[in-house]
Amino acid sequence: MVTIGNDSIPIVVFVGAFVGMVTAVQSAYQLYDWIPRAVVGSLVVKSVLLELMPLMTAMVLAGKVGATITAELGTMRVTEQIDALEALAFDSVSFLITPRVLAGILMFPVLIIFGDLVAILGGMVGAVAVAKIPATAFITGMKSSFETWDAVFGIIKGTFFGFTITSVACYHGYFVEGGSEGVGKATMGTVVLTCLTVVVLDFILASVLL
Amino acid sequence: MIRIQNIWKKFGENSVLRGITFDVQDKQTTVVLGRSGGGKSVLLKLIIGLLKPDAGSIEVDGKDVATMDYKELRALRFKFGFLFQGAALFDSMTVGENISLALRRHTGWKEKQIAESISYALHIVGLDSVEHLMPSSLSGGMKKRVGLARAIALTPRYILYDEPTTGLDMETADGINLLINEMRTILGITSIVVTHDIHSAFVVGDRFAVLENGTTLMTGTREEIQSSEHEEVRKYINSSLKLQEGRRS
Repeated sequence: MVTIGNDSIPIVVFVGAFVGMVTAVQSAYQLYDWIPRAVVGSLVVKSVLLELMPLMTAMVLAGKVGATITAELGTMRVTEQIDALEALAFDSVSFLITPRVLAGILMFPVLIIFGDLVAILGGMVGAVAVAKIPATAFITGMKSSFETWDAVFGIIKGTFFGFTITSVACYHGYFVEGGSEGVGKATMGTVVLTCLTVVVLDFILASVLL
Repeated sequence: MIRIQNIWKKFGENSVLRGITFDVQDKQTTVVLGRSGGGKSVLLKLIIGLLKPDAGSIEVDGKDVATMDYKELRALRFKFGFLFQGAALFDSMTVGENISLALRRHTGWKEKQIAESISYALHIVGLDSVEHLMPSSLSGGMKKRVGLARAIALTPRYILYDEPTTGLDMETADGINLLINEMRTILGITSIVVTHDIHSAFVVGDRFAVLENGTTLMTGTREEIQSSEHEEVRKYINSSLKLQEGRRS
């Protein structure tokens, strides 16, 4: 939980801040002059909650968390530590995989909530400091568009993404073959596969739940 | 007692074990000799159920390991300690945590009792006061000793040693050989040692099984192996002794 959750907060906050800022700046850039500036607040909150933060968080954590899990379990496999666990009458799947998948399911939504908050704040900073939109206008737009279901949808995505990334990572690491080269290949495979899977899952969830 | 009967195992197209047969008597050390890559380590993993044979049977105290379900395998593994070739210490845990992991999971012992067990196990293997060290700070010989301490923590009936002296200098290897003998004499443990180190084999072994190309060339006592007229056995023994004498001088 600490490795997947707490240790990931800094990177999620960093990404969230910049995602929010760039969304605000680029939204303002694309608006015609006759469109009220408050729309920027609406665009930021909708984009961040529904799509940007869940997806960006998943992509970043596919690399950080997914690669770490695969490398860790893969190294344990090639150095016979998993065999040693089984020889000590442990169920290696329950001991190694279940806690990691559960941590992913629990912590990814929490990280997305953190990221949402920071991204919206970042959006306001970007809107005010760069796009020269009054804060009151931004907040008005934000409030008028905010729906609870948007935030809940993002959290549901987080649950699915957390399960997907950790279980794919665990699978690749647990069944690695071929020494250190195999660990490297498995780690790369995890990052690529989880990124692709997340994108497809994102579309499926949006189609089904919205 | 362990009875290994007509064991076959292949990986893809590569048959590593082709009809291996021999017995392991209680309270003795049986050494499985053979060249590197000859399937000896695979045999140890088959005995403890980490792998399943393609054919044949391995009976431990009368029960065939190959037909056991997961629950029975778990129960079987309490009878065994396993010293892996690289010791396979859990590198995210200290020495003490490595040794006590199985005790914490499988017993209801209090912390004081667990701490005493850790100290006792380390004392038996000739290491004291290293409980707080991480595996990465240990030498190769120390890792093997800690691996052995972990293997005996649950007081097993059998210990399996996978190349226990490989990669060690002669003095350290002799220390490991001494420990293997002490496991038998002090703790009454039945051991199977898989090795290509002929010198260590003759120091620790009571009975021997010589493997070549996945088959059992010969089984017997030290004297029977050393005086064998079997051409392949003689070839293997002589070439191994020559190589080791060259290294020792």
